[in-house]
Amino acid sequence: MSGAFTKSMARNIFYGGTVFFFLLFLALSFDTHSQLPKRDMRANITPQIAEGKKLWEVNDCIGCHTLMGEGAYFAPELGNVVARYGDEGVKAFIKSRPKEGIPGRRSMPQFNFTDEQLDAIVAFLRHVNSINDANWPPNVQG
Amino acid sequence: MQYKSQAVAKPYFIAAIGLFVAQILFGLILGLQYVIGDFLFPAIPFNVARMVHTNALIVWLLMGFMGGAYYMIPEEAETELASPKLAIATFWIFLVAAALTVVGYLTVPYATLAEMTGNNLLETMGREFLEQPLPTKVGIVIVALAFLFNITLTVLKGKKTSISIVLLLGLWGLAVFFLFSFYNPVNVVLDKFFWWWTVHLWVEGVWELILGAFLAFVLIKTTGVDREVIEKWLYVIVTLTLITGIIGTGHHYFWIGTPEYWQWWGSIFSALEPIPFFAMTVFAFNMVNRRRREHPNKAAVLWALGTGVMAFLGAGIWGFLHTLAPVNYYTHGTQITAAHGHMSFYGAYVMVNLTMISYAMPILRGRAANSNKSQVMEMWSFWLMTVSIVFITLFLTAAGILQVWLQRASDTPLPFMVAQDKIALFYWMREWTGVAFLVGLLIYVASFFVGGKEEQSA
Repeated sequence: MSGAFTKSMARNIFYGGTVFFFLLFLALSFDTHSQLPKRDMRANITPQIAEGKKLWEVNDCIGCHTLMGEGAYFAPELGNVVARYGDEGVKAFIKSRPKEGIPGRRSMPQFNFTDEQLDAIVAFLRHVNSINDANWPPNVQG
Repeated sequence: MQYKSQAVAKPYFIAAIGLFVAQILFGLILGLQYVIGDFLFPAIPFNVARMVHTNALIVWLLMGFMGGAYYMIPEEAETELASPKLAIATFWIFLVAAALTVVGYLTVPYATLAEMTGNNLLETMGREFLEQPLPTKVGIVIVALAFLFNITLTVLKGKKTSISIVLLLGLWGLAVFFLFSFYNPVNVVLDKFFWWWTVHLWVEGVWELILGAFLAFVLIKTTGVDREVIEKWLYVIVTLTLITGIIGTGHHYFWIGTPEYWQWWGSIFSALEPIPFFAMTVFAFNMVNRRRREHPNKAAVLWALGTGVMAFLGAGIWGFLHTLAPVNYYTHGTQITAAHGHMSFYGAYVMVNLTMISYAMPILRGRAANSNKSQVMEMWSFWLMTVSIVFITLFLTAAGILQVWLQRASDTPLPFMVAQDKIALFYWMREWTGVAFLVGLLIYVASFFVGGKEEQSA
């Protein structure tokens, strides 16, 4: 770190390197956006799926669960939960949560969803399951 | 204290430490819920405690960054802060907004909070770390703008050192990338893609500029090494940070619906991300070894050295551990991720804030350094918290390896909860280590109240 290598050289490499790699990142992001429609199944997004995503968010599901591996690690992965339990299985599970929890066990709250809301949530989870995410997770247990 | 207006840093530091205590208390609740599932249920469900834990962390780190910037910018620019009044006003706005947000999390169901706070106008809530209600998010933007206006103006009217410039770039980047938290498209892949523009480009991008600038500032002050040398190192470190970290965002684009080429870009560039942290460690030790003076504040020097080492271990090594795509395929979203998260946040951002507080707080209280007694306590807290976080990380890593083995890599994979029950021992050990961390933190807080006046010399 001595001799010919000066502070102003270091500064120039900093600005040059940052700008170059940020532009490269933008270029990759741009390319990603051109490929995404084939992978993210956006053509299939219905108002029901949008409603399901909103319910997912306003009940903070991500605060316990993961979705495509992102979120909290307290409760199971839900990106493939419809493949694990089926639509009806998922709905029955959500509906049957006891209000006061299960003694000693990690418990999911009782959200008192209507049947329409349950349909929307399952439609959203089914949509997530259909996204091409490079075959993740490794198996159906998530 | 060279400039009167540096005093505005003090309330920021005090609030930061207060929120730090809250963060750890909620961390202990979460740790207990991992093993006693119905603890505090349904009064404080896991997700609520987790929001308080993570949001308190984010807010106190931001408080620390702001306090640190208000402390060092006048000294670097060699002029008084543009508007000390504005700095105090934004402090109260920020603190009240944070407090109201936590009260909201704890007292009403999240869906009701969303309804009450206008989430229907612009749906931004319910995404990890960005759970804040819309008014809070807008408040953060207003506070950030007022803060940036204040320190940018100060730098413009004074001396423009390299440390100030790097800090300003980091802080402006922080504000700009936060704006992506307002973008929440209905397409979940796009939502996740840009969510990382806030989350990753903060912690593995612009925040590291703030970290580097803080560390450089404290090292100049405590070692007396020539500014030219330290600023050259700073540029090298932040260069390495950004040329690895920006494309390194790709390690989050492996399994969320984005094209497979990210597995190459993300793996290669994020495998290089330990290098800047290694450079930071070498930098800190080198500067302390070449010191031209013996600064009486030994505790601050210890925190500075610790930041380098622990950031390298937590962000560098524990990040590398699971960043290569073929490994990440199995470890993604497991306790391995949690292990990395805990040590990297502590090693990089908690410790750099405590470095700055350790250096600045005695001066703000009218002495070059605290009494020997107080510093010894502070150093005890350093070791207790640091060793605790190392063990928390090791226990979570063990839990994560077993989780991957039982639930992901097995020929007969177990369901999530079955695997969780089998690794409960490690969660218990993590919880007890968390208690040791809390003891360390309480000793840290106590060190502020011990033997303050007895040694004024420096």
